[in-house]
Amino acid sequence: MSPVRALVAVTLVSAALQLAAQSGLTVPKAIEAGSAFSVQSSGSGQGTVYIVGPEQVLKRDVQLGSTINFEAGSLYNAGHYLVFLSGSADTATLDVLPAGKIADVSFLARPSRLPVGLREGITGAVYVFDSYENLVTKPETVAFELSTPGGAAQNRNITTRDGAAWIAMDSSPKEGAAQFVARVGGISTTRIIGQVPGDPCGIQMTAKPSGPKVALETAPVRDCSGNAVPDGTVITFTENYNGAQTTVDVPLKRGVAKVEMPAVPGATITVASGVVLGNQIRWGR
Amino acid sequence: MRYVFAGAAVLCACATVSVAQASVHVQPYHLQGPRPLAEQTANAVVQDYLEAWQTLRGALGQNRVDTLDRDFVGAARDKLAETIQQQTKLGLRTNYQDRSHDIQIVFYSPEGLSIQLIDNVDYDQQVLDHEKVLTTQHVSARYVVVLTPSETRWRVRVLQAVTE
Repeated sequence: MSPVRALVAVTLVSAALQLAAQSGLTVPKAIEAGSAFSVQSSGSGQGTVYIVGPEQVLKRDVQLGSTINFEAGSLYNAGHYLVFLSGSADTATLDVLPAGKIADVSFLARPSRLPVGLREGITGAVYVFDSYENLVTKPETVAFELSTPGGAAQNRNITTRDGAAWIAMDSSPKEGAAQFVARVGGISTTRIIGQVPGDPCGIQMTAKPSGPKVALETAPVRDCSGNAVPDGTVITFTENYNGAQTTVDVPLKRGVAKVEMPAVPGATITVASGVVLGNQIRWGR
Repeated sequence: MRYVFAGAAVLCACATVSVAQASVHVQPYHLQGPRPLAEQTANAVVQDYLEAWQTLRGALGQNRVDTLDRDFVGAARDKLAETIQQQTKLGLRTNYQDRSHDIQIVFYSPEGLSIQLIDNVDYDQQVLDHEKVLTTQHVSARYVVVLTPSETRWRVRVLQAVTE
């Protein structure tokens, strides 16, 4: 390169830097995700504006001195962005906030199945998001509702903190599929919780002679809330006489358990299910 | 609930080693939620989160989507992948060098499937266009982070800078 050309090149570069140094941006401090916004540039000539964050990157060639319009939907991931012009030392920051409208509720409910009448046995946790999958961190009220067909619903309102909220609720006294609903900002999400009868409660049996044996039969077996204990639940009959013991396990069938055992005068007969004991009968001599 | 950080020194020392020069402070936690948080779980969450920052740095600095899956999942992974694709298309790279983390675990969901933490993080952000450095800035930001457990580690599901 000739000395003259080199001098011209240096002069041009110097002029460009001077222009760039004189240019600048006026940037909004914060915008809502997905909304249209404008950046005002100063200076003259051509430049390139950059908006850079871990969440998103934009680059646009601009005429300096003009207003740069970013249409709705161009910057939609919530986060903290650097905004700057090529060749300019000035850098601005722009915070993109989650959109105001809730679009999605992530709802984790546990367990999927549990016994009735369990205190704080059902838990739910929610995270709330806008339509761009940004976590909505401003406080929102989440309405939780747990309802069982034919039973009273439980309702609680919880305010989110940093986009999250949780609740613990009692399973209802009545068996059946409960609807567990989290509702926030017009969006609701439902989970189904199976509520099954609890352990048998107060097992009652009767005895009557049946030839050389004694016929034993339970009354319909129910839990402590009055729900029928499901068929297949094992009922244990035990006969004790003179140190000898006879045990028979019988699954519930149509709500009751039946068995015939040796009719030994003076024998003691008990009934149980797991650790739950029923009544006791002494067979007459 | 108080988080007694007899392990704090250990944790911070480990974290300091694993994330180069970044200093790490883990605050005692004040949890929302009924589920107790074991110290071992808390340590694992913080360690995995700090390693996720290393992954973020490498992925955005080298425009490599394939490195994200170990530490990111769901929306966080998708957004970072999208950023990398945008950077690649525009000829950009961004180096994020985290300098300090001030971390507090704030929520452990009752069923144990998510943990939320707040991180006041300081980092340097250097933007390059076709290998030319455009700017290098020091940034302070408050991040809300949600992690969920996977087979072997906690992965970041939400990573979002928020305005206080």
